[in-house]
Amino acid sequence: MAETQDGATRRDFIHVASGTMGAVGAACVAWPLIHQMNPAADTLALASTEFDLSGVEEGMTVTIVWRGKPVFVRHRTAKEIEEAAAVDVNELRDPQADSDRTTKPAMLILVGVCTHLGCVPLGQKATDPRGDWGGWFCPCHGSHYDTSGRIRKGPAPANLQVPPHEYISDTVVRIG
Amino acid sequence: MRARGLITAAAVIIAVGLTTSPVRASGDGIELPSQDWSFAGVFGTFDRGELQRGFQVYKEVCSGCHSLNYIAFRNLADLGFNELEVKAIAAGYEVQDGPNKEGEMFNRPGLPADRIPAPFPNDNAARASNGGALPPDLSLMVDARPDGANYLYALLTGYDDAPSGMTVAEGMNYNTYFPGHQVAMPPPLFDDGVEYADGTKATAAQQARDITAFLAWTTEPNMEARKEMGVMAILFLLIMTGLLYLSKRKIWADVH
Amino acid sequence: MSGPNFSNSVVRWIDHRLPVFTFMHHEMHEYPTPKNLNYWWNFGSLAGIVLVILIVTGIVLAMHYTPHVDYAFQSVERIMRDVNYGWLIRYIHANGASFFFIVVYIHIFRGMYYGSYKAPRELLWILGVVILLLMMATAFMGYVLPWGQMSFWGATVITNLFSVIPIVGDWIVTLLWGGFSVDNPTLNRFFSLHFLLPFVIVGVVVLHIVALHRFGSNNPLGIDVRGKQDSIPFHPYYTIKDMFGLGVFLTIFAAVVFFLPNAMGHADNYIPANPLVTPAHIVPEWYFLPFYAILRAIPDKLMGVLAMFAAIGVLFILPWLDRSPIRSGTFRPLFKIFFWLLLADCVMLTYLGGKPPEGVYVILSRLGTLYYFFHFLILLPGLSIFETPKPLPRSISQPVLGSGAGPVTAEKENS
Repeated sequence: MAETQDGATRRDFIHVASGTMGAVGAACVAWPLIHQMNPAADTLALASTEFDLSGVEEGMTVTIVWRGKPVFVRHRTAKEIEEAAAVDVNELRDPQADSDRTTKPAMLILVGVCTHLGCVPLGQKATDPRGDWGGWFCPCHGSHYDTSGRIRKGPAPANLQVPPHEYISDTVVRIG
Repeated sequence: MRARGLITAAAVIIAVGLTTSPVRASGDGIELPSQDWSFAGVFGTFDRGELQRGFQVYKEVCSGCHSLNYIAFRNLADLGFNELEVKAIAAGYEVQDGPNKEGEMFNRPGLPADRIPAPFPNDNAARASNGGALPPDLSLMVDARPDGANYLYALLTGYDDAPSGMTVAEGMNYNTYFPGHQVAMPPPLFDDGVEYADGTKATAAQQARDITAFLAWTTEPNMEARKEMGVMAILFLLIMTGLLYLSKRKIWADVH
Repeated sequence: MSGPNFSNSVVRWIDHRLPVFTFMHHEMHEYPTPKNLNYWWNFGSLAGIVLVILIVTGIVLAMHYTPHVDYAFQSVERIMRDVNYGWLIRYIHANGASFFFIVVYIHIFRGMYYGSYKAPRELLWILGVVILLLMMATAFMGYVLPWGQMSFWGATVITNLFSVIPIVGDWIVTLLWGGFSVDNPTLNRFFSLHFLLPFVIVGVVVLHIVALHRFGSNNPLGIDVRGKQDSIPFHPYYTIKDMFGLGVFLTIFAAVVFFLPNAMGHADNYIPANPLVTPAHIVPEWYFLPFYAILRAIPDKLMGVLAMFAAIGVLFILPWLDRSPIRSGTFRPLFKIFFWLLLADCVMLTYLGGKPPEGVYVILSRLGTLYYFFHFLILLPGLSIFETPKPLPRSISQPVLGSGAGPVTAEKENS
């Protein structure tokens, strides 16, 4: 076939161009199909919850729901705060000072989900085992958390997460 | 040439598909006057001022009887309200929440994530307060009626005296455009029945226009995104199809 | 072995154990395709692509949909309002169903015009009719899922069709409903079946393609491929042609999805289902209208239902009703006229199916129904006796030597 050099390049260019358009189009179509799995607008709108802490007396713990997960609120005793503050941060697996984990020292607010594989640790009820450091104990794989919710022993890699929260009045906290 | 024939054939088939729907839908044979809507057409968008005024009409007139179940306060940001305004609007409503620790339901001010509360707790309560007629939810009204926008406007401005010889049943009202001409809803809009914040003169016709535009938005809040994406998609597809056609011609050039 | 020789060693390794690449190579490069296929042959692969689009968007919608009478309608509205791009995916799915029927109907009429149902492709055709029936069942059940007024009343009317079956009819209808009316159990099972049936369709499509590849595609001349000079490899020739056709299709499809997304739907389906009030005009989706017109044309419940099913059933025996040995309508002067009459009849029945059953519409529906069956049951068998076909060309590559030169050159636009 007497295909000239010019003819060959033009032909290749057109095939490459239409192939590229097709690939770009496929990518544009793929995005909605993936993004639809992300949280929908109504789910995102519920991403914050407000909670009145006025009934939570010293020594009490409460579990509230935020984004479908338990949030632990513990009104710590002076002894618990002291224990949490006394720890040498550098010895910890996930070094974090107790003061960095609370807005008000007495009120510890944590996402009640073990950072290992997502179980809910025990320690909210008076009768629960609270682990070797008096905080929480995850029964699934034996992680121990201290009174600041920091990981001390067991397979979990990180401290119990502190959810973003702010006090919108003395007693009402908004989580999220 | 054959491709053109094909496209024509496809167009005819689509046209048959498209025309059979509206034809069967507007079975009552009442001609609806056609209005100019900013949201009509390929490039049509909502007029924010119209939407905000329409929301005001809904709030001050319609919401006494009609729910708007699919609209949350957060959606009102689309009308051009900022976050604080949306919060303030939401806080102006009482929303039932609960149960609380004692197991009781309680009322609290609305939050942006809440849906606009319905005027009646259930359909039976709505019927009981409206002489047996159920005021329908308005969220989807424009899609739920054939030629919905024109129909709503015509209905809201179509109250009239019954023609002589026609008796209107007790508790019903004559309306030129309602199927069967007898509607339980009394004329809802009056000149200066609301006072618009933006100074627009609140004639009944203006209110009808605004509430219709607002309900077109509640029906399909994503309409603008849809049209915007549609223009892009079609431009893209036209270019891609053109290139594919050139590719096809090149490849087929040596087939005899 | 004369199989392809792959240069990539990984490909070679896999292909030796699992000959997928040989299979693909065979289907794409070696599978001989008549070189004179026109654009009407695009609609088969197009239908396959639309089926994939429907399955993908359907799986996505099922991630957000709730098949419960109290939540179905609002879960669909949540898809339209809150789910990211949910409106786009639902509009593609809903309009995609309509376009699937458009594409498949064109595909069917192409097969009828060019006699693609004739020996040795009878089973290929029958599998196609099976696909059509499965599509109808799937589309019907899918339309029920949004649980609007048309969903509910469509489901009620269509399931009631089965009550005409003597003796066990009522029992069957109760069985379909799972109750004493269309209700939550009905919705649940329709959702389950609507999810299942598309995959059954895929299975039958595979059989359809296996049967197709046994003898290869028919072609506009309707004569057999006689050698290498008559055929070209499927790839790249028909792959690029199909891609171009797909581009044209997607442009039209996008125009409807983005700018007329509700034009083929019905306003009443945006009203939540109400078992106590039937809408004033209930009509099925447009693609059922010709059959609906036939149903209503006959003033007897049992006979109407039978006629409606017979309208599809007659397609199963079409290969044996049309006895003419000539495949392509191009060489059958009388058949050609009656083909277009049948098409016009079907368009008319579609129109009439959407009209109220009164006055002149009823008369026209009856005439249309009569012609439909007359065409298949009397005309086609008769034509093979009375019609004198034009002489056939000798081969696909030498059409000019035959005296059927006129129409043949019209097909040369591809070359």
